[in-house]
Amino acid sequence: MTESFQTPSATSIAAGVRDGSQSAADVIDAAIGAVEAREGELNAYNLVLADDARTAAAAIDQKIAAGETVGPLAGVPVAIKDNMCTTGVATTCSSKILEGWVPPYSATVVERLAAAGAVMVGKTNLDEFAMGSSTENSAFGPSKNPHDITKVPGGSSGGSAATVGAGAVPVSLGSDTGGSIRQPASLCGVVGVKPTYGMVSRYGLIAFASSLDQIGPFTTTVADAALVLEVIGGHDPRDSTSIPEPMPNLTEALGKGVDGLRIGIISELSGDPSLGSVEGIAPDVAARAAAAAAALEAAGASIEHVSIPSSVHGLPAYYLIAPAEASSNLARYDGVRYGLRSDGPNALAMNAASRTEGFGEEVKRRIMLGTYALTSGYYDAYYGQAQKVRTLMIDEFNAHYQNFDLLLSPTSPTTAFELDAKTADPMTMYVNDVCTIPSNLTGQPAMSVPFGVGDDGMPVGVQVLAPMMGEATMFRAAAVLEEAARV
Amino acid sequence: MSEQTANTTPGAVAADLPEGWEIVIGLEVHVELNTATKLFCGCPNSFGDEPNTNVCPTCLGLPGSLPVLNDRAVESAMRLGRALNCDVNSSVFSRKNYFYPDQPKDYQVSQYDLPTNTEGHITLADGTRIGIERAHIEEDAGKLNHGGGDGRIHGADYSMADYNRAGVPLVEIVSHPELRSAADARAYVSELRSIVTAVDVSDAKMEEGSMRVDANVSVRPIGSDELRTRCEVKNINSLRSLERAINFEARRHVDLYDNGERPKQETRHWDEEAGRSRSGRSKEDAEDYRYFPEPDLVPLVVTDDDITRLDASLPTMPSARRAQLGEKSGASNDDINLLIERGQDGFALETIDAGADAKRVVVHLINNLSEGHGQLTAASFAAMIRMETGGDLSSTQAKEVLAEMVASGGDPAAIASAKGFEAMDGGELESILDGIIAENPDEWQRFCDGDDKEKKKMQGMFTGQIMKATKGQADGAAVAKLLAQKSAS
Ligand SMILES: [Zn+2]
Repeated sequence: MTESFQTPSATSIAAGVRDGSQSAADVIDAAIGAVEAREGELNAYNLVLADDARTAAAAIDQKIAAGETVGPLAGVPVAIKDNMCTTGVATTCSSKILEGWVPPYSATVVERLAAAGAVMVGKTNLDEFAMGSSTENSAFGPSKNPHDITKVPGGSSGGSAATVGAGAVPVSLGSDTGGSIRQPASLCGVVGVKPTYGMVSRYGLIAFASSLDQIGPFTTTVADAALVLEVIGGHDPRDSTSIPEPMPNLTEALGKGVDGLRIGIISELSGDPSLGSVEGIAPDVAARAAAAAAALEAAGASIEHVSIPSSVHGLPAYYLIAPAEASSNLARYDGVRYGLRSDGPNALAMNAASRTEGFGEEVKRRIMLGTYALTSGYYDAYYGQAQKVRTLMIDEFNAHYQNFDLLLSPTSPTTAFELDAKTADPMTMYVNDVCTIPSNLTGQPAMSVPFGVGDDGMPVGVQVLAPMMGEATMFRAAAVLEEAARV
Repeated sequence: MSEQTANTTPGAVAADLPEGWEIVIGLEVHVELNTATKLFCGCPNSFGDEPNTNVCPTCLGLPGSLPVLNDRAVESAMRLGRALNCDVNSSVFSRKNYFYPDQPKDYQVSQYDLPTNTEGHITLADGTRIGIERAHIEEDAGKLNHGGGDGRIHGADYSMADYNRAGVPLVEIVSHPELRSAADARAYVSELRSIVTAVDVSDAKMEEGSMRVDANVSVRPIGSDELRTRCEVKNINSLRSLERAINFEARRHVDLYDNGERPKQETRHWDEEAGRSRSGRSKEDAEDYRYFPEPDLVPLVVTDDDITRLDASLPTMPSARRAQLGEKSGASNDDINLLIERGQDGFALETIDAGADAKRVVVHLINNLSEGHGQLTAASFAAMIRMETGGDLSSTQAKEVLAEMVASGGDPAAIASAKGFEAMDGGELESILDGIIAENPDEWQRFCDGDDKEKKKMQGMFTGQIMKATKGQADGAAVAKLLAQKSAS
């Protein structure tokens, strides 16, 4: 029988560490203990940094003893998805091709977490280069769902979702390109946020698809998600796509309720064929989303179904744009400067051999797809057309946000599926992202909030979607759902 | 009739091209901007440092790094655009994807369908106007040093990559195919270089690679307006190479057509030593660069206010300066071009305006001030020239005084007197000459009675003796005048 853990929230840990009622060292010891106890079966981590974490915790305790100020996440254990650069700590993207590479610099989010007093306990497993929805495409083996290890944790940020879902740490970071935070959050029963594109700096995040990638937190509570997002968000001059505006105050918004908010349920993702829903939204998942809508209505929001036809066109557009950008972003892994180098009679042959050996099947598939989409003569039909769909989606969503404050849908069409259930057919795996992809294409924020379980007893998340920089309102609804799910 | 033929200059066809053919040339010129830092990071933009010392995660293309656009580079590129009479537009950066070890990201950030500068022109010294299609911003690649073999990548035992140059800002200026001779191509590059240095956005040195020229060359029968298959000739390192490469390539094309063959579209490398171009990569197996908008950068927005500000910041262009200096100095075109190239035309005009003899101004600048004018001011330069033309200084003395003024400034009269350069009066000079005649009576006779050749020889001898006796302080013109007077009397 597996030992079970339930970490305290980041908010309560930081409060305790700051007021001296507990030491950071004890907090970190407990977290490392829980991580290590579950690691054998979960494979959530590529690297556990027990010694570094204990050293960092001791430094925080010393600061507090010396009466120095510590940040809002003092002593909070955090796990970092292994596609974010960490100075002096190997960063692999769960790919063989980055074997041996140690970044000389840290991602902005990693710096900001450290400055806030958070303690990194390890680097988490992911689908190679964040390409996947199950964390099965990792060079280091799949991660498992903490609630049932025969099932996937979702992906691509599966390790980050699994370790928070296991109650080992209260906070982890993921990256979300097509749902890679929200979908695993849903499957692992935790809160997961994909912020507005440009709210969180991408500096130091190893790119998958630059125009879609966004970093966000996994947490056990909505309040923690707001706190962490406030720490990692805000303008960063090192990322040209970073929004040069102050961070909205999210923690303040939490208690404001949803009274008077207008919330639309996206018909195409409702699971109800009579409303024109796509196929594949499982009835138990659809039922939880409907229950979430009812809870919001009970809390004073007005609820209405709304048809957004372009929402379902997101999937094909996404699977052209993301691979196209990836094909270019991943070109630099050529064996010349770092990572794996295989032999070849000349430079180009060496490039090809290194890439053939270093990349996994899914990465190769997407590089080829993306290369094709950008090929001259096909550009207009594929990449150009996909960008038009994207513009259309942005226009359509913006139009609906004239009438609605928020939108609602399931996060994932199903609860966690069995390991190996979908690996044979990439298309069935891709369809997993149908609910989450629209927000990446529009750049708008969305988050998954746990809302009960499905027929199999596995967690179900509902997705709250908001307009650009609409996080404060989004968190109001999330807090109401969290409260409603508790009773 | 197309634009291409409208600009054909009669007589511009290369002398060694068989009758009936003309050359069609378009040039692609890369200019390295002289910004303090690189295009997308804060690394120094400097030449000749230890390999891989001016690098950071961004210009090394490390995973997770991101570009941040250097506003100064953009400003320089836009100023150059206006100086080239271009429209300066809001623009978008794109990625040009190709694998090469000198390219840290295996893509180059450049501009594609929405470049910063479009449709401008350059007016050559002879008045010919050459259209410019675009002048876009892009990043430079690193440098490969090939070890073993013959120094080229093929056959090298190993290669070492130096990324100091990676990310250095470039502007690529693409002309329309409107140049009709190697000489015109040379004139175009010279003029472009003058403009680039006038707006001070680059050193523009072909030898150091801060200005790199690729020539697209084709030929066609005179009178035709078709554009035939062209070859892109690379590795051109000087203006001389440019002319030779174009003429060689044109001749090669004509020979192919004469033999019933046709050139194939390809990149060719100019071999200066062998005096020929060699086949490089064929365009048939050329890569598809898969351009798409760079998602890590935001579009570059240009407003009308920006254009107004840019235009106000531009100095007078070389063509206007050329006309101005020509009018005031009456100097030859070569001299004027040299002064403009050196950036000394403004100083020349100032000195002429201060009342100096224009010819002497040009002569001194070209011969004695090639390293710049240091502490010398236009007013003191003019005063010195007035002393010289007034006979108070010999040309040798003038040169010495000038050197002193360049080194430490000061008043020419004071310097001359400190050096003991007192003006020699006619009587003194005559008595010296009398002494020399007394010692060389036969030679003096040969000077007075000899034929032109003999006279010239003896004049040299007597002048030399006088200079020796006066330690070079005698004025050459005064000596010549004295010799003429005395031999005629
Ligand atoms: Zn750099």
